[in-house]
Parts: sequence; structure tokens; C-alpha cells
Amino acid sequence: MDKRKKIIHPYIPNSVPEIKAKMLEEIGVKDIDELYEDIPDNLRFKGEMNLPDPFPSEYELKRHVEQILSKNQTCHENLSFLGGDCWQHYVPAICDEINQRSEFLTAYAGEPYEDHGRFQTLFEYASMMGELLDMDVVNVPTYDWGQAASTSIRMAARITNRSEILISETISPDRLSIIKNYCKPVLEIGLVKFNTSTGKLDVNDLKSKISSKTAGIYFENPSFIGCIENQGKIISDIAHDYGALSLVGTDPISLGILIPPSNYGADIVCGDIQALGIHMQFGGGLAGFIATRDEERFVMEYPSRLFGITSTVVEGEHGFGDVTYDRTSFHDRIEGKEFIGTATALWGITAGVYLALAGPQGMRELGQLILQKSQYAMKKLSEIKGVKIPFHQSAHFKEFVVDFNDTGKSVKDVNKVLLTKGIFGGKDISVDFPELRNCAVYCVTEIHTKDDIDRLVQALNECLYEEVSS
Amino acid sequence: MTKKTEVRNFHQAKWDEPVIYELSSKGERGILFPEIEKEIEEIVGDGISILPENMIRKQPPRLPELSQMQILKHYLRLSQQTLGADLNVDIGQGTCTMKYSPKINERLATSPKITELHPSQDESTVQGVLEIIYKLDLFLREISGLDKFTFQPGGGSQAILAMASIIQAYHESNDESEKRDEMISTMFSHPSDAAAPTVKGYKVINIYPNEDGLPDVEALKEAVSDRTAGLLITNPEDTGIFNPKIKEFTRIVHEAGGICGYDQANANGILGITRAKEADFDLCFFNLHKTFSSPHGCGGPATGALGVTKELVKFLPVPLVEFNKEKYYFNYDVPLSIGKVRSFYGVIPAILKAYSWIMSLGSEGLKEVSQIAVLNNNYLLKKVLEIRGASAPYAKGRHRIEQVRYSWDELFKDTGVTTEDITCRMVDFGFHMWSSHHPFIVPQPFTLEPTESYSKAELDEYIAGLKKVVEEAYEDPDLVKNAPHRSVVHKIETDSLDDPTKWAITWRAYLKKSKK
Repeated sequence: MDKRKKIIHPYIPNSVPEIKAKMLEEIGVKDIDELYEDIPDNLRFKGEMNLPDPFPSEYELKRHVEQILSKNQTCHENLSFLGGDCWQHYVPAICDEINQRSEFLTAYAGEPYEDHGRFQTLFEYASMMGELLDMDVVNVPTYDWGQAASTSIRMAARITNRSEILISETISPDRLSIIKNYCKPVLEIGLVKFNTSTGKLDVNDLKSKISSKTAGIYFENPSFIGCIENQGKIISDIAHDYGALSLVGTDPISLGILIPPSNYGADIVCGDIQALGIHMQFGGGLAGFIATRDEERFVMEYPSRLFGITSTVVEGEHGFGDVTYDRTSFHDRIEGKEFIGTATALWGITAGVYLALAGPQGMRELGQLILQKSQYAMKKLSEIKGVKIPFHQSAHFKEFVVDFNDTGKSVKDVNKVLLTKGIFGGKDISVDFPELRNCAVYCVTEIHTKDDIDRLVQALNECLYEEVSS
Repeated sequence: MTKKTEVRNFHQAKWDEPVIYELSSKGERGILFPEIEKEIEEIVGDGISILPENMIRKQPPRLPELSQMQILKHYLRLSQQTLGADLNVDIGQGTCTMKYSPKINERLATSPKITELHPSQDESTVQGVLEIIYKLDLFLREISGLDKFTFQPGGGSQAILAMASIIQAYHESNDESEKRDEMISTMFSHPSDAAAPTVKGYKVINIYPNEDGLPDVEALKEAVSDRTAGLLITNPEDTGIFNPKIKEFTRIVHEAGGICGYDQANANGILGITRAKEADFDLCFFNLHKTFSSPHGCGGPATGALGVTKELVKFLPVPLVEFNKEKYYFNYDVPLSIGKVRSFYGVIPAILKAYSWIMSLGSEGLKEVSQIAVLNNNYLLKKVLEIRGASAPYAKGRHRIEQVRYSWDELFKDTGVTTEDITCRMVDFGFHMWSSHHPFIVPQPFTLEPTESYSKAELDEYIAGLKKVVEEAYEDPDLVKNAPHRSVVHKIETDSLDDPTKWAITWRAYLKKSKK
């Protein structure tokens, strides 16, 4: 016997020597190593993995991890105005209660019988998203908005049998990077300019670039720079005139108050559901949705799982199952549409809980609340000397660009000072949008009080004009 | 249960729970949001009239209306109608590695110190989470032998896409990406090993197994050419048979100028035993939601942790997380980066849980995990082969690594009872039993993977379940064919799910179509 103290780890029940011996005897081998007979010597790892000494006791482990996490400063401990692909909204307690349930947390890929609840919750999620989006088909969520947009684009290319895509320049830079990689080298991507005074899509530029080779035009509403695009119908009509599809990325939490893209001609709609009851988690809470009309030519191009409602052999009983499973790569590894794998189902369930909690009235009230708060913030910020809201003539939802060009300070420096005051200033976009130069995107939601916004304004005033010596 | 292992007199929770829309009652509220401050309202007004008229929603979304407790109850009932790994002997979902996801890691990952971080915060405010990311990278370097990891891919399939993208970028850097337009995979590798490179424009050649169940080396030799971009291969494959010639595979592909990606989504049987490095792979990935214990969440959130050799670091998605002996920071200076595959830095809770899990076990513990997973699997193999009608095709008499693809073909020929029937009947005893990825190369397949988490008594209970159902199949096949009988619902009608005039993916579509 090994002289070192041999622990029986709580996660490994059959480590108990007597059990192990019994099982080895049953198998008919003397040593576990015999079970690895197929791994030749030259493939064996002879060294020791250089890992830190572990904390087998749960208490020590907890102390260790919490000590590392204590180095983080959160958006609860500070006042944050960060947005741009991840947003701080209130997460109702029941959202966490449900996604922490052992049953949902640890289920995976069971059948529509023993996992009936998984199918039903995701069907209900899709159903509620469908109402918000005014569309009849919504997928089981994918990784994030970037993937959802990428797949929407690839779907458009397959549906139209064309290989060129136009994308509005006001897209999130990260998303554009994801799309570019996902489409390379199969599709060609062209960018459509935006009007630098309104922040909206430059329709003339679109007209000059669209052709009978264009599979679709993709734009976001509200856009990454926060503007509400009210030319949706015009853009969709132009796309349709050329036989292309209208593809729109949107923030679902805006749709209690804004009309959904399907109402201005969008054929495929996508976006992120993180705002709907999912914590930011340093960007770990993202999940993408895709929605279309209920037409075979659209449905058959989804790579995603689509859960449908059906009947059972018992009268009146609802059952659920996969709709057109054969189109997925699980069924056909070559001909399947793109690919399917584990993505973000638990966040889909959570977003469903959120939409059920909010209901029609809640989504409307929330939308209005965010509009009022962000408008107040824009107004107050624009009153600071040298600070401008460049696209103030357009309407915004929760995000807007703040222009520091005339303040003599860079966004980076401003944010540094704000940080010392416990404020996370808006996202610096001076590198990603060089044409706007020294600008940041600020995000204001229902979590911000009047006092929070006033505190930001005061802090900005101080850092721009009172603390030159710092 | 009596002392002797028998199946349970089980019945799953059956609440007969309506669809949430059927519970809606006009005017009820699930949650209230704050009222707008009067001072704000006085300044900006209603906030709505400023919007372009054509953008204002006139009809509120037709969401259900329920009070809070009623919503809670609805979802709790649906949770009870879902069979999570925390409740069953979850060894029937082979390839999925349904191990224990420790609760302490859930508590840590749901701390506000993680959940309330915005990804664009200043680096100085997120040193803790960056440390976790960086150190998990170091750990996985040890486990794989490769040189740098990214956690950006949000699942195994996205990691495969990233591998295919990096392989493409590598050839592009040598001006060979147009010529090298073929990717090689094997039939028993995960479907995404073929499907994801197809997205990147590759023609995929799938190597079939030989009579030993292993991908055929001769077929590989025929497949490679100056058009070969690379190899994407799982090992052990779904059969649980370790491919002893894996190094020959990488050699043949390398000699043809290709790059080799190792699908180690499920590495549960080989931690500390054999690594990507010794097999000469250029890339590999681990699923943190499989081997490294992050829970499966009904199908994500998840992480495909992707590692590469130092030659390929320059192609990785940005940003990389680095450490300069003082602080952790993001490195965007990756000259030939493929860009991004997912927003930000990955599924942080999964990364934290994997970190914590490794820190609970250490080097010896990880090895123990694998050894016990393999012990459990071979014990199960022995027991399954004693069951009438069951077999384990290929590699007769040999041991397996972490899972086995079995067959009910003999049982089917004897009784007409299929894998699907048995799956549905196992449900009546509180078990999952999964078949196989498509195509079903093994007839009437089923795949079991016991991991390290289940006790011998639990394995025996599962075996008793299989035995019981097989007994029924021989004695009363209709009982099995009409299952489930004691689950949440009864046999579903599946034809409508493939019929465009009948399928209903949302409640509103259902209402429209059922009226017709």
C-alpha cells in the first residue's frame, strides 16, 4: 500500500479500495492499467501534470476561489454605464430560481418523455419570443447574437442561392468579426455606410451596392451606436426589389415599445436574449435567437433544434418533439444545415421565465421606463460643456453615443478618472469607429435611478473641468 | 428497493401541466418595474412621443399574463418533468459525460463577483476572473501538452468551427488555402467534425471504420493529397475504442501538408494518461461541460476550450488572456487571428466551474477520475454483455476506454423490439438510454458512459433496468413497444413534426394550424 494518505474523493465513489477490487475481479483484470491495453507505450504520458496542489476539502476550495474572485469589482459595487453586446438589466429572482433547479441545470439530451419539461419550457420560450417578434418560428437558442446573425446570413444565402451579403456599418464590431470568420470563404461581405448626422443607414449607398447577386441586407435596430432605424420598411423594400432578404438584428427588450422587425419587412430576425433575465457574467450570459415566418423554405434552412407541439396517444395530452430533425447535422453530418451542438438552452428557459413574468404590460412599461431614463441621461450629458450627443436628432432606446471630442480629454482618460469615483464610463468606440473619433457608447437601463445619472453628470463635470491637476 | 438490486417502482412526476398560454388570466402581473421618477418625467415627458411614429408598437406583444407564484409553480412543475443528472443514474447518455457537477461550484459561479461583471470593464477591475481564465489555460496546457488555450468557443461544435478556421488561416498564410480544400474526418467522430468544416467551404472526406471498429489507415492514405487541409478526429471515438494508430494518422496527414485537430470533447478516460501532444496534434479541444464537470443545462451554456501548439497561437481568436508577472491583461495583438468566433471571452461560469473542479482534484485526482471512469465502463461492459440480446460490436474481448457503443440487433431480430422502444421503456424506470449519432453504422445502437460519478450500486441498478426491459421484450414485446407508461406523457405522434401544414414551433402557429 502507498504510504501517503489516500483520500476517497467525494466525487468518485468507486475509489473505495474494496469496491475497486470487486469490480476489477468481476472484469477479470488485476489492475486498472490493464484496461488501457489499447494505448501504446509511445502515446503514454510519462510525466506528471504540473498542477497546483488541490483543495479536496470543500471549505478550503471555497476559500481559495473566493479569494481570487474578491479581486473583481462588480457593477453592483460600482455604477456602470457599459453596454454594447452585454447589458445590465434587473434579473428577477425567479429567473435564477428556475435556472438553478437541479432538473434543468443537469439535464441534457433526453427524449421528449422523461425530458418533457425541457421540451415544453423551450417551446414556451419560442412561443413568447414569437409574440414579441410577431413571427411564428423561433429556434432553440444558439451561442450568441454573433452566431445568430451569422446563421441568418448563411440561411439567406441558401434560400436565395446567392453569395453576396450587405451589412450596415453600424453593426457591433465584434459581431462583424464573427460573421466575417463564419462566412469566409463562402460568402462575400460588403458594408453599407451610415449617415454621419443621423446614425441611420445611408439608403443611397445601399441602392448603389445592392444587386441581383445580393442574398440579403443585414442591419441592426437599435444599432450598436444606439440609433433607432425608422427606414426599416424602405430598406426591406429595396432588398425585396432585388430578390434579396431583409435581415434584422434587434434587442428583444426594446420590443414592448418598438415595433418588431417583421412589421417592417424583415424576413429573418436575430439578436441576443441576455437582457431577458440573464446576468452579464462577464459576457458569459449571451444567447442568440433566430426567428422567421412559418414557411417551409425558411424552416428547412435552420441548423438549430426547433421544438414543436404535438399530440400523444392519450386524448388531450400535449407532447413535444423535434421539428424536421432530418435537416440538422445530428441527422446528416454532411448535408445537414451548418452544424448543431450544445449551445445555450438554459438561457432560453430563463428568458422564457422573464417574458412570462414581465407579460405584455411589463414589457411595455419597461420599454417606456428605459426610454425615459436614457432620454434624461442624454439631455443631462449634453448640457455638460464640450460634451455632445452626435445623433441627437435620431431616437434612441437604451444606448447612445457620447462625443468627447470638444472636451480636450480622451474617452480613455475620462473613464480612468470616472473609475476612481466608482463609475464605469461608457464603452470606448474611438478605435472601432474612427470616423467618430473620441466617442463612447453609454447604456442606461431601468436599473439606473435619477440619482445615478446625476452622479455620472457631476463626476464628468468634475473630471473634465475641476481635476486638471490629477 | 430491497437490498438485492432491483428496478424501482418508479413514476415520473406528471402534473398534466398546460402550456403557459392556457394558464393566462388577463390583468395578472408577474413582476413590477420601478416607477419613473417625477423629476425625470417632467423633463422628458412620456419618453414615447419622441419616437418616430412608425416605430411605436401599437399592439402589445401577446405574452401570457400570470401572477408570480403561478409562474413559479408552472416552471417548477416543468422542472419536475425533466430528468436531470442530479436525479437519475445518468449513464445512459453515452458520449455526453453526465458526471456530477459539484454544487459548491454553482455557488461560486453564481456569486455577484462573477455574475455582475460587464465584459468591457477596465482590466484593473476584473483581475480575479482574468486570473481564473489564465490559470485554467495553464492547467489545460498540462493536460493536453499544447501551448495556449482560448475559451471563446461556446461549445464543442463552435470549437470545431474555430479549429477549421485556424487550419484555413494557416494554409492561407502559406498561400495554399484555395488548393487545400478538403478536410478529413471519421464516421465515428462527432457529426460536427464533418459539419463545421463544411460551413468553412471544405469538402469533407469521412473515413469509415474497419472490422475492428477503428478508422481505416489504408482509407486515410487514399484520402490524403495536396488538397488535404487537415484532419478533425475524435479519439476514443463513440465506440470507446482507443485508436492505437492515432500517431500514424497525424503523421500521414502532416506528410501531406495538413494540420491535425484532436476532438477531445470527451477526454474523461484519458486525463493524465495520454495527450494531444504525444499523438502529434496541432490543435485540440475539451468540452468543459463534459470532462470538466460544468453542468449541461438542458443543452448549454457550454465551452469548447481550444488549445494549439505555439506555431498556431498567432491564428487564435482575440483577445488572449496573458499575465506579465504583475497583472492579467487582454492581448489583441495576434497578427493572423481568425477574428472572433463568439463575443467577448467565453462562457465564464463554465470556465470557473472547470477551474474549481480541477482545483478540487489536482493531478492525482484527475488521473483517478479517468481510471475510475474506465473501471466503471469496463464493469458495465461486462454486465451488459451478460444480457440476452445485447452485444458490443468490434474489438471482441478487448477493453474499452470511457464508453461503449452497444447493439440491440440480436434482441431486435428475436423480438422486433427496437432501440427506440427500449429507450422509451427505460424511461418508465427513471433512466435515459441514448442510441447513437447518425448514421446508425451499428444496427440498433445504444451508447452508455458511466463516468466516475456513479457508485457500483447505481451501475447495478441501471443494469437491472436493462435486464428487466429485455425480459419484457422477450415475454411481452407490446409492453415495451407501447412505452412509456409511467413517464410524463405517452407515445407522441411524430408525423406532424415533419409536415409543414401541421408542425407548430410556437403556440401562435399551433393556434393557427389547429383551427384549420
